[in-house]
Amino acid sequence: MNGAAKLDAVDRALIVATQGGLPLVARPYHVVGEQIGIGAEEVIARLQALLEAGVIRRIGAVPNHYAIGWTANGMTVWDVADERVDALGVRVGSLDFVTHCYRRPRALPAWPYNLFAMVHGSSRDEVRDKAARIAALLGEASRGGDILFSTRILKKAGLRI
Amino acid sequence: MPELDALDRRIIDNLQGDFPLCDEPYAVAARQLGISGEELLERLRRLLDTRVLTRFGPLVHIERMGGAFVLAALQVPDGRYDEVADLVNALPEVAHNYRREHALNMWFVLATEAQDGIAAAIARIEEATGLPVHAFPKEREYFVEMKLAARA
Repeated sequence: MNGAAKLDAVDRALIVATQGGLPLVARPYHVVGEQIGIGAEEVIARLQALLEAGVIRRIGAVPNHYAIGWTANGMTVWDVADERVDALGVRVGSLDFVTHCYRRPRALPAWPYNLFAMVHGSSRDEVRDKAARIAALLGEASRGGDILFSTRILKKAGLRI
Repeated sequence: MPELDALDRRIIDNLQGDFPLCDEPYAVAARQLGISGEELLERLRRLLDTRVLTRFGPLVHIERMGGAFVLAALQVPDGRYDEVADLVNALPEVAHNYRREHALNMWFVLATEAQDGIAAAIARIEEATGLPVHAFPKEREYFVEMKLAARA
């Protein structure tokens, strides 16, 4: 699932040139191409290939979710039986309000949780309601859960290479 | 919070992916919204200036480049919170960092190009802060799609 794609020096230069954002000009791919010494057609073809390879997830607007009304953010975490976590993780991830869903290692005894599902809402109550729907889906396979509400963004730089 | 009008919301909701790969992509995207390319550019500039958008461009999946991406947490004593946040945020490997309500009260994502960069970054944080870092590398990814419609 996480196999690395083969990137050449031009791909890397293209990612470095665009990871902070595309130029806000009528022909942004021309500007990027000038910066890294290739033509706009090649910029477009390489971006297309990087999208198809999954190196670029998508191209577009990346909103600050607080600013667009999603002011409550809860990382819901669950202690799910090992033999059921993969099947249930897929189902939790397919809930329309879950934006990220992963299995991660427990850190016993302090941290018994192995399933992480990020939930957003306009209020904490909305997040709690959504967490209750996850709890219902997990049923007895979950031995416990918690919601870690975020109270402050300390840094949001995005990824940089 | 900046006020958003109906056009702002349509821009945010419709441009979170599939930005055109063509000669004049803003003009093409604008046409689908029924506005001019110039108007779209003006709106995007304002949405970026007011930080409604954190950026506009490609979202890179760093693991597909051979890099690593690990969620980690610290239990920070209250009196040291801001100091530790500054120390952690100073590392370029820290992509984002959130305060959360839990005994583990600082949760950040380390993103590095080389696989062994994560261990080095963790060692630097532990050395700088004197606190143990709890790393939660993902074992399976079930779903990732961070697209939220504008509600404000």
